Amino acid sequence: MIAIIDYGVGNLFSLESSVKKLGFECRVTSERGDIARADRIILPGVGAFGDAAKKLRALGLDNTIKREALEGKPLLGICLGMQLLFDRSFEYGEHEGLGLISGEVRPLFESVSGLKIPHMGWNSLHILKKNPLFSLVDEGEYVYFVHSYHAVGCGESLSASCFYGVDVTAAVQRENVFGVQFHPEKSGETGLKILKAFGTV
Amino acid sequence: MLAKRIIPCLDVRDGRVVKGKNFVGLADVDDPVTLAERYSSGGADELVFYDITASFEGRKLFKDVLKEVAKRVFIPLTVGGGINTLDDFDRVLKCGADKVSVNTGAIKNPKLIGEAARKYGNQCVVLSADVKRVDGKFRIFAKGGREDTGIDAIQWVKFAEKSGAGEVVVNSIDTDGVKGGFDIPMLKEVVEAVNIPVVASGGAGSIEHFIDLFKEVDVDAGLGASVFHFGEIDIRDLKSRLKEEGVEVRL
Repeated sequence: MIAIIDYGVGNLFSLESSVKKLGFECRVTSERGDIARADRIILPGVGAFGDAAKKLRALGLDNTIKREALEGKPLLGICLGMQLLFDRSFEYGEHEGLGLISGEVRPLFESVSGLKIPHMGWNSLHILKKNPLFSLVDEGEYVYFVHSYHAVGCGESLSASCFYGVDVTAAVQRENVFGVQFHPEKSGETGLKILKAFGTV
Repeated sequence: MLAKRIIPCLDVRDGRVVKGKNFVGLADVDDPVTLAERYSSGGADELVFYDITASFEGRKLFKDVLKEVAKRVFIPLTVGGGINTLDDFDRVLKCGADKVSVNTGAIKNPKLIGEAARKYGNQCVVLSADVKRVDGKFRIFAKGGREDTGIDAIQWVKFAEKSGAGEVVVNSIDTDGVKGGFDIPMLKEVVEAVNIPVVASGGAGSIEHFIDLFKEVDVDAGLGASVFHFGEIDIRDLKSRLKEEGVEVRL
């Protein structure tokens, strides 16, 4: 069973539908027991980092997620959920993340000049490193992004980027912890292939 | 590279797509779910649904349609029509919409843009603006383009961006329905004025119109309705041609 973590941030309807369409059993939940029982975890998220991190902590889910991930359970962070995997973010102040992947989250406008913010739309993936999430996907396939902040200083964990004025972190991986900046549940067939790969890692 | 988006727009009344009946290759199909699936597998980058129902019953049907679409189609969905309050945002977001487009509701209550952006994030709030020339100036029209509000269009999109809108759809009343091409001079002014994605609407009649659009103005997307519904333009053909012309598209 895949646990999709519901912590009051964003719309989980499409994510749940896409995972179910692929034939995986899943549960949208904020219960620690469900997360412990699940064999995979998806951490979604839309909105502001500080608020999301606070909600995750208020539900006591930060430690649960960290523990499960450190014990080896596959974890996929999507969009803001990916950003939460890092050490910290500078979105309206400075906020601590889960620290599962090293790096930090900074405003896109610091790196990109003259381009529209948010970075919204379909951008092509440049795969930098073998990542099980991309086992069914080819270099250059398009995925759907919507974000105004991006992860920098990801070091060895950086596994794919896309180009938007600069190379923007599109995907990261450290062992069983995966993160994607784009929305696989909104990225058509390519997105479904990525979710399918996560369901079988 | 970020691809230019091609977006079919579906007007839904009482649970059915208006003007859907002659859709190419499908006899008498005006079921929004069937059309949405067909567009998604046919290369559309996003779908826009406008609820043009006035009745309570029709609104309920629209919700059911949206949910069914969101269960089966995994590309971004923008929903508009009758969005006047935060509750309206909530109602369509819960049915699987990713972005909510607000038009007359924002003219009546301009604070709605900022309130929605704070609650749901900028990426979720789309300003839809109906623009028409009056005495050589671009003005905002309300009520489906029937009423001149006297508001300057360029000031209005700037205000929307400042308030937190994450995207703007500009529909030119002067070129809408004529199929003579997009309103490039007007779109140029809008693109100059804001730093958020701009979606061009009104006037698409041929593949050449989309080529001209993307070559001449830095818009992010082109929207069309009947040209796609009636099969005058096949989205895959359109995208192949755009690519040949050097326009970045998702194929």
